[in-house]
Amino acid sequence: MLNTDRKPLLLDFEKPLADLENRIAQVRELAEENEVDVSDQIRDLEARATQLRQEIFQNLTPAQRLQVARHPRRPSTLDYIQAMTDEWIELHGDRMTGTDDKALVGGIARLEGRPVVMLGHQKGRDTKDNVARNFGMASPGGYRKAMRLMDHANRFGMPILTFIDTPGAYAGLEAERLGQGEAIAFNLREMFRLEVPIICTVIGEGGSGGALGIGVGDRLMMFEHSVYTVASPEACAAILWKDASKAPQAAEALKITAQDLKNLGILDQILPEPIGGAHADPLQTTEILKTALLENLEELTKLTHAQRRELRYQKFRRIGMYTEVPA
Amino acid sequence: MSLFDWFANRRKSGATQKDRQEREIADGLWSKCPQCGVLTYTKDLRHNQMVCLECGHHLRIFGDERVRQLIDQGTWRSLDDHIRPTDPLNFRDRKSYGDRLRETHDKTGLTDAVLTGLGQLEGLPVALGVMDFRFMGGSMGSVVGEKLTRLIERATRERLPVIIVCASGGARMQEGMLSLMQMAKISAALERHREARLLYIPVLTHPTTGGVTASFAMLGDIIVAEPKATIGFAGRRVVEQTLREKLPDDFQTSEYLLEHGFVDTIVPRPQLKKTLAQLISLHQPYHHTPAFHVPDTLPIKTMTPEMTPE
Ligand SMILES: [Zn+2]
Repeated sequence: MLNTDRKPLLLDFEKPLADLENRIAQVRELAEENEVDVSDQIRDLEARATQLRQEIFQNLTPAQRLQVARHPRRPSTLDYIQAMTDEWIELHGDRMTGTDDKALVGGIARLEGRPVVMLGHQKGRDTKDNVARNFGMASPGGYRKAMRLMDHANRFGMPILTFIDTPGAYAGLEAERLGQGEAIAFNLREMFRLEVPIICTVIGEGGSGGALGIGVGDRLMMFEHSVYTVASPEACAAILWKDASKAPQAAEALKITAQDLKNLGILDQILPEPIGGAHADPLQTTEILKTALLENLEELTKLTHAQRRELRYQKFRRIGMYTEVPA
Repeated sequence: MSLFDWFANRRKSGATQKDRQEREIADGLWSKCPQCGVLTYTKDLRHNQMVCLECGHHLRIFGDERVRQLIDQGTWRSLDDHIRPTDPLNFRDRKSYGDRLRETHDKTGLTDAVLTGLGQLEGLPVALGVMDFRFMGGSMGSVVGEKLTRLIERATRERLPVIIVCASGGARMQEGMLSLMQMAKISAALERHREARLLYIPVLTHPTTGGVTASFAMLGDIIVAEPKATIGFAGRRVVEQTLREKLPDDFQTSEYLLEHGFVDTIVPRPQLKKTLAQLISLHQPYHHTPAFHVPDTLPIKTMTPEMTPE
């Protein structure tokens, strides 16, 4: 299910690594043909490959992280839910707009015996699926479905786990007509009302208001190579630099990486990824996510409804940087 | 004088007349309506709340002017003027954010994109926030978020209605994710204000877009808009790019939002203060008072447990 069997899709900065791996394969082939023992050389080359991979992934620029976060093989919301839970029933529709948004999925799951509501943006696993999923760009109906499911969770005392992975809320005629702004705004306010624990995780790309629309919680976690941004670096470059090709500079300036957001007091926890990114080892990544979710749930469950709401309020209340000059 | 000279002189004096007119526009004596082009004495225009007397176009007005129009004279107490922006990301595009802040301050005299305070509106106490489009397009950064949050928190404590006049292009990109999070912070404060059963009325003016639309602009108990304001989440050009068909002419206008159920009422500026006062007073607790005087000399029977009503 997690696409581990398919040929890896290479990002440009992985090219030196791919070249090295090709050389290893060539050496192996030649040795076999000529019946020579090259196991020492192979071991050396493989050690170099491992080191190179580590070096590359430990020093990714923000723009490169954005590529990893958008990697077509990066595990999606449904990948994690299916790999992590014992039971899962997807639920559909917002009961209002007469559609079911496939870009934002949700339902009830059992996580280590405990019923929870899980929901998140869903990107497609291939081109056709991506079109059906609108590339993970949710419509007002998606945000209203999410709210309906979160209200349901609140009524039945189930924790809410949200997974963020969107380039942004959908910017279309229909989305505007149906009140995209109102749908997101409503969730922002109402998520502060809910009494059950809420944990939000940016699993890939956190794109602006479309991400925040399911992003208000007691904890915010991000994978190491995930990004979360106020505007896409492409849009920001077009507006502030008047030049869309300056997107890498914008990615740098906007401070979009997990470490940046930790430093700014926005992010609670960074989840490490396997070397090579989440898509290099989806099962290990799932374990990391699941462990972190369970640990946080354990802590949050100990609090009363009122304590959780107060702490959630204070968590957001503190965010912002300004100075106060003496009067 | 030759005919040629006569024409040349005429042209020259025409030019001076035009010059004088332009100078007077620059001096602010006359104002030109950007919609119909008609020139009006600024005094008359101001008297009509900067709404064109010819075509009804609502000219842009800014923070202090809006406060003057809405708040009873002598009752305004501005709050949190001492909160100033910083450059938390050390942000630099073609210009550094620090320079941009300084230049905008020098040009406008403003410290950031919102004014907040307490005052009376037709004698009714209110907490008022007014966004100012002159300061970096009314964009919402940490200062806008903090000042509005403090205003709403104070209104919750003092049991006041909140009015926020919106005019903003959205989040301030130069403050990155700190800006985005102000949407949640303000919404959190509004949730508490709402839980206390207090009234919140956003007034949407031209333009109200992006992160402001996706947070406090759309969270009103009652949402008021000025005529023909642009109100939307995504920019019109972005929406156009996702479409092949042409957008409707009134797309993302106050009238479009009214038609689709996202705005309660469109109120022309000269009626705004009165309408807000009416809305607030309709939400004040109702105490039933008897229509006629009951003399207190009337004998009052008190019931004891043994007594049964006749
Ligand atoms: Zn006019």
